[in-house]
Order: sequence, then structure tokens, then C-alpha cells
Amino acid sequence: MKEQNYIKLEFPSKSSNEFFARSAAAAFAAQLDPTLEELGDVKTAVSEAVTNAIVHAYPEEIGRIVMRLRILGGNTLEIMIKDFGKGIENVEEARKPLFTTGGSERSGMGFTIMESFMDKLRVRSAPGKGTTIVMQRAIRLRVGKR
Amino acid sequence: MKYAASFASGRLTVYLSGELDHHEAGGVIRTIGELIDDNMPRECAIDLSGLRFMDSSGIAVIISAGRKMRTLGGRVYVENPQEQARKVLETSGIERLIAVATHS
Repeated sequence: MKEQNYIKLEFPSKSSNEFFARSAAAAFAAQLDPTLEELGDVKTAVSEAVTNAIVHAYPEEIGRIVMRLRILGGNTLEIMIKDFGKGIENVEEARKPLFTTGGSERSGMGFTIMESFMDKLRVRSAPGKGTTIVMQRAIRLRVGKR
Repeated sequence: MKYAASFASGRLTVYLSGELDHHEAGGVIRTIGELIDDNMPRECAIDLSGLRFMDSSGIAVIISAGRKMRTLGGRVYVENPQEQARKVLETSGIERLIAVATHS
């Protein structure tokens, strides 16, 4: 699908950037005229993906996180969150509901929420090299708008 | 993230407002834990009416409060979530363990 617009942001894996990342994603997505529910879904999925990178990719250090958002044809928003950290040993296991290595402040529901709030979710990871998550969500065109 | 709490007739109500994410979750878990320790309630209600946003960190907060209340022989309830929080609660399946209610 043809790219119509994009942003690319890089920030350190500090938890205070979770708020920034989802707010920036929502501000970019606003040009697709999403409903409040669609905007909430985008914010939630970004928050989960960025939190995963902060908690799991860089457990002992602060590292780089890159977020790229693209608007593709068909009013589709694509979200890529990339880190250069620890990587995931077993992606299939990590995607299972309630699976977590994150302790009592995590619920193990991050991937379940990303999968259910987005239309597509792809995870690429290699131990020691980092993880890239790419998600897509079509924003419905509403009658009476544009 | 802001808190308020009230306690009456054995029921502790904790009101959360703002945005609840992983950055805030640790502090919220500690604060609710302390409120439970101080009041020793039979029931603990977590009121989400002022919460604009929560991700799965909110589920961890609720599970943690539920675990703490069980050790006292009590229960946790979730009340008045806005739409976004309601969707996260539904997706997580936590409603099978903890009652979510909306009071008009």
C-alpha cells in the first residue's frame, strides 16, 4: 500500500515517555478523522508496545526506541515500534495471554490487547538484537465526513 | 495521575483519575496497598470514572489490589470505567474474576 504520510520519532526507554509516545501517535492519527474509540485503540496499542520495549528490551539500561507511524492507502494507520535491546527468546510464548516475565506490575495482557485492538500485528525479534513490532489498523471512513 | 479515597461502613473507595500506564502503576499499587493496610476494609472499590486512559498496567493494579484484599478475606470491585478502560477490562477477561459495575 502506498505511503501517504509518516513520522519517525526516537526516544530513550524511560517510562515517562510512554505518555509522550501514545499522545504523539494519537496526534498523528487525528488526520484520519478517527472516532474516539479508534483513537483510544491506537493509544492503547502504542502504550503496550512501548512499555514492552521499556520493560523487556532494556531491563537494566536505558536504550533507544524508534516509533514510526505511516498512513497507507485505504485509510490505514501503520505503527512500528522498534528497539535494539535484549530480544524475545520465544515470540510465540510471549504472545500468549497472561505470559509475563515482568513481575507484579505487569499483567501479561500486552500482546493480547495489541492483537485485539489492531487489525494486524507482526513481531520480529532476535535474541541480543532487538524487537520490531508492526501493527496496522484501518480507520473507517465515516459518512458525512470529508 | 491523581488519587482520592473515602472510607465508610467497611468499604474503601479509591478514585483514580488521569492516565494509568506502566510509569504510574508502581505508585498506584503502593498507594492502594497502603490505603488497604490503614483502613482494613471488607470491600475495596476502585472507581475509574475520572480515568481518561489505562492500558494493561491497570489490570496489574486491579489484580494486585484483589490479591491484597483476599488475604484480608475481602473483595475488590471496579466501578464506572469510561469506554476506553472498559474495552481494556473486557479484552483482558478480568471480569471473570472481579466485578465491574457502572452506577448511574
